[in-house]
Amino acid sequence: MDIEPQIAEILRRHGGRKGALLPILNDVQAALGHVPAEAVPLIAEALNLSRAEVHGVVTFYHDFKSAPAARPVVKLCRAEACQARGVEALAPAFEADDRIEVETVYCLGLCASGPSAMVGDRVFARLDEASARALIDEVAA
Amino acid sequence: MRIFVPGDAAACAVGADAVAAAAGADVIRNGSRGMFELEPLLEIETPDGRIGFARVTAEDVPAILALRDAHPKCVGLVEDLPFLKAQTRLTFARIGITDPQSMDGYKAHGGLKGLARAIALGPEAVVEEVFQSGLRGRGGAGFPAGIKWRTAASAVAEQKYIVCNADEGDSGTFADRMVMEGDPFMLIEGMAIAGLAVGATCGYIYIRSEYPHAIRAMQRAVERGRSHGLLGRLLGSQHEFDIEVRVGAGAYVCGEETSLLESLEGKRGEVRAKPPLPALEGLFGKPTIINNVLTLAAVPYVLAEGAKAYADYGMGRSRGTMPIQLAGNIKNGGLFETAFGITLGELVNDIGGGTLSGRPVRAVQVGGPLGAYIPPSQFDLPFDYEAFATADGLIGHAGIVVFDDSVDMARMARFAMEFCAAESCGKCTPCRIGSIRGVEALDRVLAGEDVPANLTLIEELCETMKFGSLCALGGFTPYPVMSALKHFPEDFAREREVENAR
Repeated sequence: MDIEPQIAEILRRHGGRKGALLPILNDVQAALGHVPAEAVPLIAEALNLSRAEVHGVVTFYHDFKSAPAARPVVKLCRAEACQARGVEALAPAFEADDRIEVETVYCLGLCASGPSAMVGDRVFARLDEASARALIDEVAA
Repeated sequence: MRIFVPGDAAACAVGADAVAAAAGADVIRNGSRGMFELEPLLEIETPDGRIGFARVTAEDVPAILALRDAHPKCVGLVEDLPFLKAQTRLTFARIGITDPQSMDGYKAHGGLKGLARAIALGPEAVVEEVFQSGLRGRGGAGFPAGIKWRTAASAVAEQKYIVCNADEGDSGTFADRMVMEGDPFMLIEGMAIAGLAVGATCGYIYIRSEYPHAIRAMQRAVERGRSHGLLGRLLGSQHEFDIEVRVGAGAYVCGEETSLLESLEGKRGEVRAKPPLPALEGLFGKPTIINNVLTLAAVPYVLAEGAKAYADYGMGRSRGTMPIQLAGNIKNGGLFETAFGITLGELVNDIGGGTLSGRPVRAVQVGGPLGAYIPPSQFDLPFDYEAFATADGLIGHAGIVVFDDSVDMARMARFAMEFCAAESCGKCTPCRIGSIRGVEALDRVLAGEDVPANLTLIEELCETMKFGSLCALGGFTPYPVMSALKHFPEDFAREREVENAR
């Protein structure tokens, strides 16, 4: 797939913006599900940065992926508050299901209602064995 | 008859969207009252006040609308619920009550008063007012906001910036998120006042990517703010201010102010050495006020009601109120705003109702992943910056995470190091390498290998990280580790599993 037109469109959208690299990369990640290596020189050229600088930024942030996810992603919070509410007992059910990909995140801001998870922009809380199972099946379907 | 169903992420995460859809097209998506055990909390307006219905499902809605207060899920008048009644809500005064995206509702409940008074007072008097209020940075450091503002105000530059730190990454905290989702105009007003005070015309709100609801709410509110004189020419005056919403990319360390500025500039979120102070050389090298959401959100009250009204609350050098977040294994979790000075025990046991599991409380972590673990024997500790510092702890962003007696504190200490290793920006060695060595040493302790020698190593490592790190990530990771070790040594007294088996 030729990504150049898509990248060019994203770059055009952020033209003239100060410190535009993160907004650009967020848009690329959202549009393509990852930040492909071929995008790096295009972005670098447009922002008058070196490829190394752009690569350094891409690899610094957890949200930017080098390859698209092979399976639907569930972001599971495993920070302290969710640990205190039992996420570690639920995590194996997520990890054992090879229809989905589990990504560990630290905090979704639902710390009085954990264990909690996020799929895309949707959030889920008060997960127990049954609701976790239902969530996994829904995401995998 | 008006019906309210919160649009707050914590309500949506337990089915509020379906409840709202069932309640009809006219339902108002208010912010959350902060009583998360009750969400989704549907409210119906009556002549006596708003009555609430707890843990509502979409299927409950027709019966609730028919039966009203005879429905078994009715909790009575929401304002009379003890959890709400016991609070002093200054920052959260409107949250849960108004439609967050309605400017008319905002004005009807005291919104824009602070900005109007700020315009009348003029920049210097506004800075002085914030200084006199005693307001301290709510992000964690507790640095007096007034001093920061004075510094930025006195700097001479053709461009200055106001940056709102909405990268709320600490586990156990959600107050920033609730403000952005539940009363976004208040945050915009606070930033506009800051802009006016120091002569900045441009502001950024940096929101973490894990908060899609808050991002949408702030983007919508900024748009509306522009068409209602809350942005642009402020209330039609000669002062100009505009805001751009920026989204992070999943790096905890970007909650550190200099790292956040780097990120806003489009760079790796690596911490800067200070000085120079951001107030003099901040975003793009220009004088910048960078404050947490709660700090800026407290400003409209300070300006509307006066510095003294705010400073009259609190104790010692901790003035005003703090939106405290009760989280983790706690029965009545949620947002509890109160004046400084309340004790930890009152918060956890009296208000929080102890653990959700019903087991005894063993430890609470105050102030996020970099905060100390505190045992119930210290529950008489008052919520106050200095009192916590004296007890080798920190208030941080005022999140309290409760653990019951099933917690393994040696594992929590290991987690603190693991978290630091995962989130370190990599710039300074004590944090980057120290955290990894800390995980390894704690793994040996957990396996029962040479425990005394490894604990000595961990103590020395913590000493190095505490004094040698560039920022609070490496510098404060020793707090959870050392407090776990100090208060719960029995959890670290491991024996080799092979020896146990014998």
